[in-house]
Formats: sequence, structure tokens, C-alpha cells
Amino acid sequence: MKFTVMVNEGPYQHQASDSAYKFVEAALAKGHEIFRVFFYHDGVNNATRLTTPPQDDRNIVNRWSELAAKHNLDLVVCVAAAQRRGIADADEAKRNGKDANNIAPGFRISGLGQLIEGGIQSDRTIVFGA
Amino acid sequence: MLHTVCKSPFEKNSLESCLAHATKGSTILLIEDGVYGALKGTAMSDAMKKAMANCTICVLEPDLKARGVAGKLMDGIKLVDYSGFVDLVVANDKVQAWL
Amino acid sequence: MSDEMMEGGTQKKFCYVNRKAPYGTIYAWESLEVVLIGAAFEQDVSLVFLDDGVYQLTKGQDTAGIGMKNFSKTYAALEMYDVEKLYVERESMEARGISEEDLLVDVQVLSRAEIADLMEEQDVVLSF
Repeated sequence: MKFTVMVNEGPYQHQASDSAYKFVEAALAKGHEIFRVFFYHDGVNNATRLTTPPQDDRNIVNRWSELAAKHNLDLVVCVAAAQRRGIADADEAKRNGKDANNIAPGFRISGLGQLIEGGIQSDRTIVFGA
Repeated sequence: MLHTVCKSPFEKNSLESCLAHATKGSTILLIEDGVYGALKGTAMSDAMKKAMANCTICVLEPDLKARGVAGKLMDGIKLVDYSGFVDLVVANDKVQAWL
Repeated sequence: MSDEMMEGGTQKKFCYVNRKAPYGTIYAWESLEVVLIGAAFEQDVSLVFLDDGVYQLTKGQDTAGIGMKNFSKTYAALEMYDVEKLYVERESMEARGISEEDLLVDVQVLSRAEIADLMEEQDVVLSF
């Protein structure tokens, strides 16, 4: 089956991102397809490459980037939510006159339409939030 | 429909609301802090027992174990792992998250 | 699953479930943003307001004192986007001492059981 997964909360604050990651991992292991993982609300904060969590704890951002690279996942960060919270890629930073960008590898910034498209194209849409 | 509940019923009304809206034949999966709703001898136990007459209630075992309450699970609740979570999503036509 | 081919595209029943009050958190506003953008995809959209979500629709919201944008007018603008199915749960309103007269937009008030059946009929349920 094809899944679209929505992540509504940021790393560490809530378990949502962890649960979504474990779900995606399990789905891939069973041979399912992850059409898209869409990060919304504070979920966009999963896409900053500037986190430095303690060494003895899971690195939530890197974990998503690595999973994306290994399985060619489409990790999409909502542009409006990202702008509001300060997550930017090089283009967004330039467009909005920011002096830096911070997006982590494997994530791309795009519109809310990507979430709707995910819901339309996938067999199941699963939301992780708080 | 598969319903997921991720917060404790003693923190939020999400589980209570889920139980009030889940139609007969639904499956309810408690994850994260939601697992506390499946424990014996709580203020939720009666409502859960009633719900179990109409719905299948499951708990994500890794979340139960993480919280050290695996020994207090109500009877009649199914344990699943993340792979079982995926199977539940496949087996039900859609998923509703109660946040 | 009830999707039908319409003009070469799939149409699914999308349900946006709103259970949180406005302003204390951003979920109410950002959920509306999904509805507005999603309108372009011509899906069969329903908005359900349950629990504290019914507070999103109360009249007379005045946010000047808290310095936040008042987005309540957006609910009335939804019909311009062909989003007309707004359902509010009677029991949630009653528990909060709210009646239909207190709401800023025309809605269909349904019982808990009717709301449960409505959600069961959907294809995609988005919770915020």
C-alpha cells in the first residue's frame, strides 16, 4: 500500500516525530511505499540541520535525513509553517532576505497542496500529532 | 476505521471523545501516552470495558513497556508492535488520529 | 473507498476534524490554511467541529488586546471556495453552553452519533 504520513509536532517536544519515524520504518520493512511524509505545524522543526542533541540520545533530524536517503523518501516541509517558524532552504532564505538557511538534507520545502495530493494519491493517510 | 489516541485520558479528553465517536466494529489503537488509558483499575476502566463490547482495542507494546506499566494492562486488550500498527492501518479503510 | 473519477482526477471525501479552541494554539488557524489551499483540488470537503473546536466558530472574536490576527472571518469566506459542509456537534456545544445563535457562520448541527457516522463515511481524515 501507499502511505502519506503527516507529522504535526517538532522533535523532542512530543513523541509524534518518533512515532511517525518508527511507523515509516516498519511500513518500509513490510514492503509498503511511503508516498510522502509531510511536516506541518511545529513538525517543520524536524527539518533544521542545526540541532545538537546529546550524544547518548537519538538524533531525530539526522535519522529522518538518513532514512530519506536510504529509501528515497519524499520529506516535505510546509512552506507557510516553515516561514513562520524559521526553517528555510537557500532559495527561501534569499527570497525572504534572510542571512542564512538551515534546512537538513533530505527535506524539501513546498506547499500544502503536497499534503492534499498525498491524501489523494495514497491508500492511507496517517497523522501523528499531539 | 482505525482510531489512534496518543495522549493520556487523565491529561486530555481525546480518549474519552474517541470512545464516544468510534462506531461499532472500529479498532482503537493507543500509542504514546495514550497507553495509560488501557491500564487496570483507573477512572477510565469502566468506559474502556464498555467500548470493548463494540470495538477492538489495541495498545502499542513498545510504548507500554517504555512507561513501565506493561504488568497493569486490562484484560482483553491486544498488544501490537510497530509492524502490527502498520497491519492495522492496512486492515482498516482509514485512520483518524485523536490528538 | 468512495473515490470517483472526475474530469480525469480522483475525488475523495476529505474530513478536517477540529477539536481545539482558537488562539491558545495555532492548530485552528493552520487547519484552515490547509482547507483554503486544499480547495483548489476540488475534493469533497467536510469540516467537523467537535469538543473545543466549536469555539473556533463563536461570534464577536476581538483579538486587538492579545495582539493576534483575528482569523474568524475566514470561516464565512469558505463558501467562496466551495467549502460549504461545516458540521458542528450538538453535544460539544451544549457542554460548553453555546448555541447555534452564538456561531458566526451557517453550519449544520449534528448529534454525536450523526457526527460519528459522518466521519466513518470519509476517505481521508485530517486531525490538527
